[in-house]
Amino acid sequence: MDFLFNLVNGLSLGSIYAIIALGYTMVYGIAKMLNFAHGDVIMVGAYISFCAFQYWGLPPLPSVLAAMIFCTVLGVFIERLAYRPLRSATSLAVLITAIGMSYLLQNVALLIFKSDPKNYPGQIIDLPGLSLFGGQLKISGVTLLTIIANIVIMILLTLFINRTKLGKAMRCVSEDRGAAELMGISVNRTISVTFAIGSALAAIAGVLLCSAYPIFDPYTGSMPGIKAFTAAVFGGIGSIPGAMVGGLLLGVIEILGRAYISTQLADAIVFAVLIIVLLVKPSGLLGKQVREKV
Amino acid sequence: MKAKKKKLIYNSVTFGLVIAAFLICQLLLSTGGMSRSFRGQLIPICCWIVMAVSLNLVVGISGELSLGHAGFMSIGAFTGIIVSGWMQRAFQMEDPVLRLVLAMVIGAVLAGIAGALIGIPVLRLKGDYLAIVTLAFGEIIRNLIDCLYVSVDGQSLRFGFLNNKLPGDLLMNGPNGAVSVQTIATFTAGFVLVIIALIIVLNLTNSRSGRAIQAIRDARIAAESVGINVTKYRMMAFVTSAMLAGAAGALYGLNFSTLVAAKFRFDQSINVLVFVVLGGIGNTMGSMIAATALTILPETLRDFGQYRMLAYAVVLILVMLATNNPLARAFFGRIFAPVKALFRRKKPAEPDLKGGDAK
Repeated sequence: MDFLFNLVNGLSLGSIYAIIALGYTMVYGIAKMLNFAHGDVIMVGAYISFCAFQYWGLPPLPSVLAAMIFCTVLGVFIERLAYRPLRSATSLAVLITAIGMSYLLQNVALLIFKSDPKNYPGQIIDLPGLSLFGGQLKISGVTLLTIIANIVIMILLTLFINRTKLGKAMRCVSEDRGAAELMGISVNRTISVTFAIGSALAAIAGVLLCSAYPIFDPYTGSMPGIKAFTAAVFGGIGSIPGAMVGGLLLGVIEILGRAYISTQLADAIVFAVLIIVLLVKPSGLLGKQVREKV
Repeated sequence: MKAKKKKLIYNSVTFGLVIAAFLICQLLLSTGGMSRSFRGQLIPICCWIVMAVSLNLVVGISGELSLGHAGFMSIGAFTGIIVSGWMQRAFQMEDPVLRLVLAMVIGAVLAGIAGALIGIPVLRLKGDYLAIVTLAFGEIIRNLIDCLYVSVDGQSLRFGFLNNKLPGDLLMNGPNGAVSVQTIATFTAGFVLVIIALIIVLNLTNSRSGRAIQAIRDARIAAESVGINVTKYRMMAFVTSAMLAGAAGALYGLNFSTLVAAKFRFDQSINVLVFVVLGGIGNTMGSMIAATALTILPETLRDFGQYRMLAYAVVLILVMLATNNPLARAFFGRIFAPVKALFRRKKPAEPDLKGGDAK
């Protein structure tokens, strides 16, 4: 029973990682950049939903929507302001700009909300839990919702990418930016849409993360961000099912490692597994093996 | 011949700059013309310069994006602290200079060994995968140090992993890090370390091995096909860089009376990467200047109070935009063209423009 309980918790944490990893992997696949500020968009999402619920008196669902809208606008804004001017620059220059953006978001949040940790209201996601096996296995509502939300997001996103015109444009841009432009696809608009979707997902992840682990501060996004980025690489960066698999596996490994091996070593175990996987499969679990041409 | 002369000039300017900066600082120190907060920054600045120069060897010269540099620094730092504490308590070695040198050497060696061990798997990967694995190794190192307990019992060192019941004097206390460290780091030692790092990196870059490393960076397959041992040379750059980071770490560790492993999180590696990129990738002098400027910058921005780090972030983004956006670059290029002509060191003339198509 203990094992099942840990497994479900692992799946739930893994779902959060997977939702965040989607943002990383989509942006990487389409814009070929590591968006380091993505983790901090999660934190912004958490703060906005917190404020909407606590201070502006919105009901739970509209406050989550408010966070999503704010983060979408923020994501597009960041892309427009900081990343688009660097479209032709080296990837390292873009990476450093993204890091600068990450510092900027953290410090703006620090100025507005101060550094003391806040307690995320549990009423935002107030769902009845599930009790199985005659009460031996209790699963909280947040855990269930997280897992379901992940599955729903994954299905919707796959449909979006494979069935809509915009999704097709995204696949084209990720395949060959120059050729896509020649076919009349607006690369800039496609990248903006990618950032919008990724940031909206980050807002959802922020709400779910803070509902499961209620204490949060302006630095909350950075570690889950890095872990989710790891998950994206783990599953093969640029691949959407890869982000899902990588995120879930990472979450399960982290929780099981914490429960059965050592609490203090949990992070080391997660990263060690990542290294082993990358050594065996250097492009991640579901990544494409790109043949090198001379 | 011309290239050689140019390199000589570049190297002498680099060394001259460091020596001049050291002399000015010494002068200011002796006349008391230096503020207290700046005096406290001198040794960290030396450490970050060495970190930036050594990471530049990996990122700029060898062309691999490494995000785990702080991991090597932390190995050096805690090794240095343990060695220094052990020598003092077990062998009554009171001479701080000897202990500092010993700490830095052993720190460098251990970081080098770690670099070699990590390099074997890491250097099989490429690009962003390599970056994320170095990041993972950095985090693993930090996590392991968090679980490490070390004490001096009589003459011997005792190690405990996740086990704090050790006899004797505790040197390392798990997640609480190193406690009651005797601060023996000096500015002169920092200066010497910077000079040594520069000699190593500049000589390596301009040697046959350095050219091989750069050839691998520019065209790995072509380099391999002319018989360059790719693994050997990538490894050479990686281990050298790790050793320098270890030495810098030992100096850094012995500059504070307490030190926790959390100080060497991945953001610290990223900070060093910022120095390297801002200074111009592959440009050693640039790395040094950026490391100095960005270490001092948050201090000078203290007047901004709580807006300090915000200002730092804004400056970082604006500098990146100004130096990398084609429009901004063209604009600044026109303004600074006469100044730049004096300092230009790469491709001063495009020979194929002369006889080629009119452009």
